[in-house]
Amino acid sequence: MGKLESVFTHVITAFIVTICVVTIVFFFIHLIPGDPIVAILGEQAALQDVEQLRTQLGLDLPLTSQWIQFITDLMVGDLGFSFYYHAPVAPIIAKSTVMTFYLAGAAFIIATSVGISLGIVAALYQEKVWDRLAVFAALVSMSIPNFVFGPILIIVFAVKLQWLPIGASEGVLSIVLPALALGLSLAALTMRMTRASVIEVLREPYILAIRAKGLSQSRIMLAHVFRNALLPVVTTLGLQLGLLLGGAVITEAIFSWPGLGSLVIESISRRDYPMVQASVLVIAVSYIIINMLTDILYKVLDPRVDLGS
Amino acid sequence: MKKSTFVLIFSMVLWSVVLIFSSWDQSVLNTIDLEKILMPPSTESLFGSDDLGRSIGPRIVSGARLSLFVVIIVLTITSVFGTLIGILSGLVGGTFDSIVMRVIDIFLSFPGILLAISLAGILGGGLHNVVLALSAVGWVGFARLSRAQTLRVKQLDHVLVAQLFGTTTPKIIILHVLPLIVSPMLVELTYSAASVILSEAGLSFLGIGVSSPTASLGSMVRDGSFYLMTAPHYVILTGMALMSLVFLINVAGDRLQEKLAEGYSRNIN
Repeated sequence: MGKLESVFTHVITAFIVTICVVTIVFFFIHLIPGDPIVAILGEQAALQDVEQLRTQLGLDLPLTSQWIQFITDLMVGDLGFSFYYHAPVAPIIAKSTVMTFYLAGAAFIIATSVGISLGIVAALYQEKVWDRLAVFAALVSMSIPNFVFGPILIIVFAVKLQWLPIGASEGVLSIVLPALALGLSLAALTMRMTRASVIEVLREPYILAIRAKGLSQSRIMLAHVFRNALLPVVTTLGLQLGLLLGGAVITEAIFSWPGLGSLVIESISRRDYPMVQASVLVIAVSYIIINMLTDILYKVLDPRVDLGS
Repeated sequence: MKKSTFVLIFSMVLWSVVLIFSSWDQSVLNTIDLEKILMPPSTESLFGSDDLGRSIGPRIVSGARLSLFVVIIVLTITSVFGTLIGILSGLVGGTFDSIVMRVIDIFLSFPGILLAISLAGILGGGLHNVVLALSAVGWVGFARLSRAQTLRVKQLDHVLVAQLFGTTTPKIIILHVLPLIVSPMLVELTYSAASVILSEAGLSFLGIGVSSPTASLGSMVRDGSFYLMTAPHYVILTGMALMSLVFLINVAGDRLQEKLAEGYSRNIN
């Protein structure tokens, strides 16, 4: 199977999965007890107004017709109309999505650079003090939930030391604390993966052979160890970027970061169903696209992997 | 015994003793004392008191009990259901397997915590819905792992012989497959326990978990984070308790995995 063909299969599969996720979210939202019309007009609204709005929003149609309408609207890029903002959801979601990607991107960069370098150091000094310290720190970091680490960061860096701001509106520096809170467990995970991978490569017979050939240590490391050890790490990191989107929901709540996560939580409490529906959809689709790109990247980087099978 | 193993076992025993033997009296937990609002730790009250003057120590214990209760219920549901589906899928194969795999794919193409948040948020929180939301998300890991393991075990001679003799599928699952896949499932169980504790606390932190005044570590961290400036002990102590619980489970998982890997390589050599 050619490379282009398998990429095509991937895109098709991703599309089908997206339609499934969208459908699940749709039926999910519509099974909720409670009437969205009451959420808009309030309990005391006149029966006539309620019925009029219901017809206007198409909520009096059978569920399957509503579903077809929803899918057709989606195809032309219409995500729906917010009950709370009384405006189309798309522009609001677009703004929040940018903020979430900004946060997740910063967390990803911090986490991977810290995680990969610590992992390499730990692997090179295996079973020594630095290695043990790094392994212990990683285990601790994986056990700290981001909603505990976040407040601790705020106490130390924003309240006591007053080095960094908390709110999202206070310039570039305001992203540092939320990104640290979000990226911590990913950094720990990356560190563990890198360490295991480098140690595995160091044990390979060909490394011994190169050593015997008399190559310098730095050359062995750069040209042979890192290149082979980091490939699996880099590709699996793509999947982790998707997980960051999930973690961002909680981190955004702590730091009042105006992203998709905050929007989901606020919209759930406001019973703004079109907004919940669309935000969940955007997160899911981003997640699917990132996973798909990771698979494709894996294929491109490692010719042995056959995506078609 | 390694020193770290001793520390691990000691901490686990300590947590267990505290969880079992400290007072089970619920009324003490919710006694509001306005004289003691946000009192820092002292000899009188070891962990200080919260924003309503309630003693933090007993509430942490009660919150940890709740976490473990949720873990036990959720893991029982998800591990039994997930493992069964996974083994069946691997053993039976064919259309059933393809359908199960597609369902798993759909679940995995979606951040689990987001699904749990939406479910709990829409259902309206409370213990039942938290368990429901976490179970709806949690079975996938068990199903995927047990399916992969079953595909491995399925090829072994004794399973083929059992099938030739016409042994029924339930009997094959219980007698011939389950015993051989139980150790990797145990590792998965440990890591899942840690993730269920974190997710339950996460839901409570977002205010869509177990409702107040029931003490939950997550909602205590949230309440505490409102008083970061005036009473940092609240969030720090609760956070540390939650962290140590998850840490112990993660370490236990790592140890278990190492032990199993050792046993595995011994068997091969």
